[in-house]
Amino acid sequence: MSKVGILCSRIRVEEKLLITELQNRGVDFDIIDDREVIFDIQKNGWQYDVVLERCISHSRALYALLLFRDWGVPTVNTYEVAENCGNKLLTTSALVRAGIPTPRTMVAFTPESALEAIEMIGYPVVLKPGVGSWGRLLSKINDRDAAETVLEHKQILGSYHHSIYYIQEYIHKPGRDIRAFVVGDETIAAIYRASSHWITNTARGGVASKCPVTPELNALCVAAAKAIGGGVVALDIFEDEHRGLLVNEINYTMEFRNSIDTTGVNIPAKVIDYTLQVARS
Amino acid sequence: MFAECPECAAEIPLAMDAIVHEIVVCPDCGTELEIVSLDPPAVDYAPQEEEDWGE
Repeated sequence: MSKVGILCSRIRVEEKLLITELQNRGVDFDIIDDREVIFDIQKNGWQYDVVLERCISHSRALYALLLFRDWGVPTVNTYEVAENCGNKLLTTSALVRAGIPTPRTMVAFTPESALEAIEMIGYPVVLKPGVGSWGRLLSKINDRDAAETVLEHKQILGSYHHSIYYIQEYIHKPGRDIRAFVVGDETIAAIYRASSHWITNTARGGVASKCPVTPELNALCVAAAKAIGGGVVALDIFEDEHRGLLVNEINYTMEFRNSIDTTGVNIPAKVIDYTLQVARS
Repeated sequence: MFAECPECAAEIPLAMDAIVHEIVVCPDCGTELEIVSLDPPAVDYAPQEEEDWGE
């Protein structure tokens, strides 16, 4: 029988569902609280067959996964996946290298070059922090005045992290985007997230409804997941009128509480199936 | 099983299957709280969102 560690920051609905799934199967597991854990880098004291990462903090997840990897402890997801997904710049680069359709994106390191990049793409554009989630600090920039203002604010008020300018073309979505869940080699479920606001995250009020997993959507999602290292991931996908489906972002500690009833798929059971499969392999 | 909200002193019902570190919301004041003990039942303010939090 496998011994599982769950690395958590808080026990939210998702973590509780995963824990319940483990309990129902009689799996031996420990909760590893990332606020209390101490890693002795010289000594691997961990005896887990697999660690399921559920941190809410990207930095903590990233470093913990790195240490588990270096000690040979299998993790879901891997350090590579967390690194690729936790930074939008790395995600986009991996997607482009793999030939996955994604919105046009430019990166610049000064306000002046960022302004030039914005005007090369054309208004409106979306300026995003490289590391961030839940739709935080996304800026839709409609004209040069707004661009100059936001760039100055980022330079003066933000940490250096905010002066790595990730600039993306604005996709005119049909009032919704798609959140698709990939576990291993399968797109297990998908939802539409509808909103009258251009930010459609459910964390920001987007309303979920079932999205059919077509062969096209499945193939795109599995290929995109493979491009960032595979595992258990949630993809944000835009429907572009002319180019079809575009992969926007990929999340490696996915939230799914609004998608179980909506899709009828037992997502935590699928995640635990995969986690135990990793432990056995 | 009840715990007292540190914000408004309301009695917060905890589910029978509640676990330590679980996040609950005070039904009276809406404050997000973390279960820090089950015996005795106790809650404290949940950690506040930080810049690198997310999915």
